[in-house]
Amino acid sequence: MTKPVSAPKLFAAREPVFPRRVSGFFRNLKWVIMVITLGIYYLTPWLRWDRGANLPDQAVLVDMANRRFFFFWIEIWPHEFYFVAGLLIMAGLGLFLFTSALGRVWCGYACPQTVWTDLFILVERWVEGDRNARLRLHRQKNWSFRKLRLRTTKTVLWLLIALATGGAWVFYFADAPTLLRDLVSGNAHPIAYTSMAILTATTFWFGGYAREQICIYACPWPRIQAAMMDEDTLTVGYRDWRGEPRGKLKANAEAPQGDCIDCMACVNVCPMGIDIRDGQQMECITCALCIDACDDVMDRIGKPRGLIDYLALSDEPQERAGTPPRPIWQHILRVRTLVYTALWSAVGILLVVALFMRSEFDVTVAPVRNPTFVTLSDGAIRNTYELRLRNKFAEAKEFRVEVKADVPLEISLEGRDANTMVVPADSTQLQRVYLIAPKGTEGAITELSDVRFWIADSTGDAREHADSVFHGKGQ
Amino acid sequence: MSKKPVQKEETPTTGHTWDGIQEYDNPMPRWWLWLFYATIVWGIGYTIAYPAWPGVKSATAGMLGYSTRAEVAADIAAVDAQNEAINIRLATADMSTLSDDAELNGYAISAGGAVFKTWCAQCHGSGAAGAKGYPNLLDNDWLWGGDIDAITHTVRHGVRNETGEDPRYSEMPAFGRDELLEDAQIDQVVNFVMSLSGEAQAPELVKPGAVVFEENCASCHGETGLGDRDQGAPNLADAIWLFGGSYADIHDTVSNSRFGVMPNWDTRLTEAQIRAVSAYVHQLGGGE
Repeated sequence: MTKPVSAPKLFAAREPVFPRRVSGFFRNLKWVIMVITLGIYYLTPWLRWDRGANLPDQAVLVDMANRRFFFFWIEIWPHEFYFVAGLLIMAGLGLFLFTSALGRVWCGYACPQTVWTDLFILVERWVEGDRNARLRLHRQKNWSFRKLRLRTTKTVLWLLIALATGGAWVFYFADAPTLLRDLVSGNAHPIAYTSMAILTATTFWFGGYAREQICIYACPWPRIQAAMMDEDTLTVGYRDWRGEPRGKLKANAEAPQGDCIDCMACVNVCPMGIDIRDGQQMECITCALCIDACDDVMDRIGKPRGLIDYLALSDEPQERAGTPPRPIWQHILRVRTLVYTALWSAVGILLVVALFMRSEFDVTVAPVRNPTFVTLSDGAIRNTYELRLRNKFAEAKEFRVEVKADVPLEISLEGRDANTMVVPADSTQLQRVYLIAPKGTEGAITELSDVRFWIADSTGDAREHADSVFHGKGQ
Repeated sequence: MSKKPVQKEETPTTGHTWDGIQEYDNPMPRWWLWLFYATIVWGIGYTIAYPAWPGVKSATAGMLGYSTRAEVAADIAAVDAQNEAINIRLATADMSTLSDDAELNGYAISAGGAVFKTWCAQCHGSGAAGAKGYPNLLDNDWLWGGDIDAITHTVRHGVRNETGEDPRYSEMPAFGRDELLEDAQIDQVVNFVMSLSGEAQAPELVKPGAVVFEENCASCHGETGLGDRDQGAPNLADAIWLFGGSYADIHDTVSNSRFGVMPNWDTRLTEAQIRAVSAYVHQLGGGE
């Protein structure tokens, strides 16, 4: 081991980034996406959906207390959680698909971190001005009244946005209008206030101060994405063969000159604070704002657009040789993306089929094993079963319980005269069911017999069954 | 914006070299370091505020006075306070019509299940199936009666204990040990008792056994062996044997006598708990 030349620097301060305003196709696209995603997030809890008297009328509701998830016409019970798992798998495969086709398009356009940071930067620009004004304010050492006023205004606006963000989150877990009244009047559950406080704080800190650091240090997704990208993936890149050697635009240049006039527009607009001309970098979220900035400059100096552009690595050799790149669809349609699309669709179709095949009630039967059987006075053998009936109808229903088996068995329901049970609307009922094999019959003297419970809704034709076993005494 | 493009410097190394492998000096963000310091401060503060440092007899109490035991006690008190009203309702309810009140009945059965698992499961088993000498509470055979009032009485006063005011009391002589019967007579009466449920081993002994039974056993177990709940004398004609139904087991029982003991729970459980556990046992499958 050699002695270090100088003490190693283990910790680095953040380099503040002041993205400049930019306009163009990708910027407009990002505005549209921001409005849509934020709109969905803030407004969804307020949508109503009539489900009748016994169920909540909020279109999207995660009802933790009653263990239900409502999504418009769909109601998910805890035992159907595989639907949520399926949706998460679809979300995962969708991300794989988009990443292999378009690189970090999720990061650049739709990730909440990007969207809210964009919103926070927008507010910052409204209050403090564009890049140069913000830089001056940042470098101003003494706190003038103006600096204090601007900083306070910005912070308060950020806090309000953060509060609305944290606030909107809790509305997904309770009836929104009621909760809003409770929140304002101070009567809401402490968990609601705590959740709001935590989400407000994280939104405020992540969007206002941490920003690109979240993407670089905290988020695992950028590290995973490299595995899904290949040379056909479209990423934001700089055509250095066209741009170099860069330099100031000179009317009569002696040396050969590239298209890049080194105006730093691409660097100044970058929310990640990198120089795209250094090549593809870990920090780049492919937000494409540098494309807009550079195209604008190219237009002004009369050069063709696309010095910075969505590029596929595989096109580089032929572009260097002077031939035009392959069309975009050839990069996007390839085995990898088609496989992802097929997998994504398959999971989606499975989920939809499963959704339509769900019955309106279901039943599980568990034999009581402590003890497995009871001998009655007359020598008959009795088994006990715990029958759980989930009535997903929006009204109370009466169900008839019957048993089918190869051995003679008598059925009775604990605490009930007939073999019927009433289950209230949208709830589960536990019922103990007895099966009795009379003394000496086959069920009583054999070790195990198969039984099948049939449960039928007494008004309609809905029928469900559940299989179990009958424990006899053995020989 | 006339700055020349900055030539990217080679990333410096820390200077450490192991087997020719060097370590890049890629510094962590500074806020990360701050967070690390914050956790240290937090950790120190935590040990001051909460019980932490072990001493010889006990740990430091912590400035906030927090204690897990006190928290549990508060939780229990909160649950008791929450259940106070319904416990009073249960303690004053008419037990024979309990099942008509769905709310109270549901509460009694749930609460009774908890009482049973705490106080009763040691002898009767967690599934209430009993064991040899400890009655099975799931079947439809009852020594002292299986309606809700009889069960409540048994729970409240117990069986053959010396601590209760009015326990159930059964007494069976040890016919062999105390030489009340000859060995041959015991053999005969055992065969007679087994014949009541069709299991006699030596049919020729059944008839003399009937005579022995009538003279010695019928006063409690009844002339036909159907038992007597007032005296806790079991039914000998059914398929259920508390102390075993084999020849050897019955012979042992007649020779040496057997009886169970059960504590009187009125001194340990509240009125509501006694009623709750009775309701629980009553609905296990054998209630009358």
